Amino acid sequence: MRLISFWIAHRLELAAMVERHLFLVAVSTLAAAAIGLPAGVIAAHRPRIGRPLLAVASIAQTIPSLALLGFLLPIPFIGGIGPRIAIVALVLYALLPIVRSTAAGLKSIDPAVIEAGVAMGMTPRQLLWLVELPLALPSIVAGIRIATIVGIGTATIAAAIGAGGLGEYIFRGLSMVDSTVILAGAIPAALLALAADGALTWLERRLSPGRRAWPRTTAIAIGTAAVMAVVVLASVLTPSRSDAIVIGSKNFTEQVVLGELLAQTLERRGIPVTRRLNLGGTFICDRAMLSGDIDMYVEYTGTALTAILKQPVLKDPDVILANLRDAYSRRGLSVLAPLGFNNTFAILVRRGDAEARGLRTIGDLRAMAAEWRPGFGYEFAERADGYAGLSSAYGLRFAGQPRVMELDLVYRALASGQVDVIAGDATSGLINALDLAMLADDRGYFPPYHAVPIVRSAVLLRRPDIGNALAQLAGRISEESMRAMNSAVDVDHRDVAATVREFLSRLQ
Amino acid sequence: MTRTPSTESRDEAAGAPVVAFLGVRHAYDTRVVLDDISLSIARGEALALVGRSGAGKTTLLKLINRLVLPHAGAVLVDGRDTREWDPIELRRRTGYVLQEVGLFPHLTIEDNVTLVPRLEGWPESRRRARALELLDLVGLPPAEFAKRWPRELSGGQRQRVGVARALAVDPPVLLMDEPFGALDPMTRVELRQEFQRIQRHLRQTVVLVTHDMAEAFALGDRVGVLDGGRLIACDTPERIARATDPNVRQFLVTCA
Repeated sequence: MRLISFWIAHRLELAAMVERHLFLVAVSTLAAAAIGLPAGVIAAHRPRIGRPLLAVASIAQTIPSLALLGFLLPIPFIGGIGPRIAIVALVLYALLPIVRSTAAGLKSIDPAVIEAGVAMGMTPRQLLWLVELPLALPSIVAGIRIATIVGIGTATIAAAIGAGGLGEYIFRGLSMVDSTVILAGAIPAALLALAADGALTWLERRLSPGRRAWPRTTAIAIGTAAVMAVVVLASVLTPSRSDAIVIGSKNFTEQVVLGELLAQTLERRGIPVTRRLNLGGTFICDRAMLSGDIDMYVEYTGTALTAILKQPVLKDPDVILANLRDAYSRRGLSVLAPLGFNNTFAILVRRGDAEARGLRTIGDLRAMAAEWRPGFGYEFAERADGYAGLSSAYGLRFAGQPRVMELDLVYRALASGQVDVIAGDATSGLINALDLAMLADDRGYFPPYHAVPIVRSAVLLRRPDIGNALAQLAGRISEESMRAMNSAVDVDHRDVAATVREFLSRLQ
Repeated sequence: MTRTPSTESRDEAAGAPVVAFLGVRHAYDTRVVLDDISLSIARGEALALVGRSGAGKTTLLKLINRLVLPHAGAVLVDGRDTREWDPIELRRRTGYVLQEVGLFPHLTIEDNVTLVPRLEGWPESRRRARALELLDLVGLPPAEFAKRWPRELSGGQRQRVGVARALAVDPPVLLMDEPFGALDPMTRVELRQEFQRIQRHLRQTVVLVTHDMAEAFALGDRVGVLDGGRLIACDTPERIARATDPNVRQFLVTCA
């Protein structure tokens, strides 16, 4: 069974994901209970306040989870990538069941019991704590149970915004089109939900002496049987993995082109390959390498150093490469020779402007800065080594706040004159297509981002011919070549495989 | 203090009345449920009020422990207007037995009985002793019943617990709303006799409402007849039995 062996091979990662998943759900459900319980008490005692309260909670419940994350993303203090925003969203979802069941539990108490309490001379506070809340407790626990189960399901979406949890397998599986990986995340999530349901149902029953027990055992039995059936079906339907070399890539054009380049290079030597291109971001590719889901992909030296190894920025390409090789070898990965081009940040202006004003370097912008508007992608605007570092390194003071937008749009905004200077990628196909000029980084501000193939060391040991095949690519892809291939795919909508095939033919 | 069969008027000088109604009127929205009620209840007296459903019997009880306030007139408890009483303090010294009993389902019989002592801050040992004493008094052997749950008891047993709970802090006044109404006739008669025994023993001031004339005659030193929100008679059972007022006689025929 592929699934079982996947779990065994990934047990540490799986444990970490389960832990993160439970953390997200526990924190958000507790927070929702802390808000929802008092709200439920108010809703039960003061219907005039309670009704709108319930309405708001109901509306929050109806927002689709991805849309809710989208709404929350740009809100200050709440928004941003990571677990915080996921917890906020989960709290919003957990509120309704908790508020509603608290209010329902309080309202369902026998009025004679309440009257007896009042007539005995209980203060409202005593009545609440000694009579109402204890009697509503089973109902409150039922609400928390529902909130927890919904939370365990919804938390899988949290992986979409980098909050982690079992959803990571689901998203990884979706982009790899590999149902085993999807199930590797979906089944533990389902089991967690069943376990939480069982535990909280038990608690609920303990808290309500004398109430008839639900046929829970039946429900759990059916649930478990369903999960088992899915596991068996999946392992039957999923084809077993051959010994082909698996090639991955990140999810943008240049990466897909480079993945195809590796694939075709190996295929020309008669080595069978499986393509898992367009996987996701840097971290997904790195994790897929470590877990053995893919055998190779192309990374950029600067990204590997800062984003993966979390080391400070370095400027010397040789020092970076030496550092990377050292650190990666300890992770069971090999860094091959750089392919040649450097996909660093590029400061771009319109070619017409560059020629008219004689702009060659970023430093030349100083004269223009006071009247020019810059435009950046989100990442460049946010990162310390982005806009902030650039303007202090070159002493640039632009006219106003930079306009921040989706990276693809930045190029078009420059071409259409909405902004006058942008930060883009040095190898973007749009540089040629939109007739833009790249200014030289004469002060060496941007760290190098040389493209290097990363291969699992075990694969290189087993198949020395792979190392030889890839060595042929070393230093053979210039910035111009990469830009041309990107442009062919992005601007001319050419087929990736055909573009790469042409390039490789010319290379030989 | 004697159990005064106060045959004459509310001004009788058997000490100040514990409870006095002075021209009390109460209405729910526009429906008048009590009108011009004047009545006084002496210390140690058992007053039984009869009337049909909706005659305002329960409202009359709730006026005494300030669960409702009069719209006109005044209700005095120990000579003080209920409007001036702190409701919590007033209710702690007024035992209340509901028809539906209203035992707390999440508490054991012992904890139900000693809830008011607990609110009053009695120490644990004293509460325990009191629970045993009370359960004995209402005929429920503590060894058997103290640790049981309300749902495990029969209707009659629950009603006994309700009485024990109302008596817990030995309140000067005990209000009983159809306490035996929901029980089968055998249990009702048995409990009634039990209650007579308790009442003779404790000499509490009791106000009891019922729709059962026989019950009123059996338990009341005086019997009051409520009809259409008015108190049409209030006297000893013997005199009520010999009443000539056709409205009162009608009650004797239909209810007894």
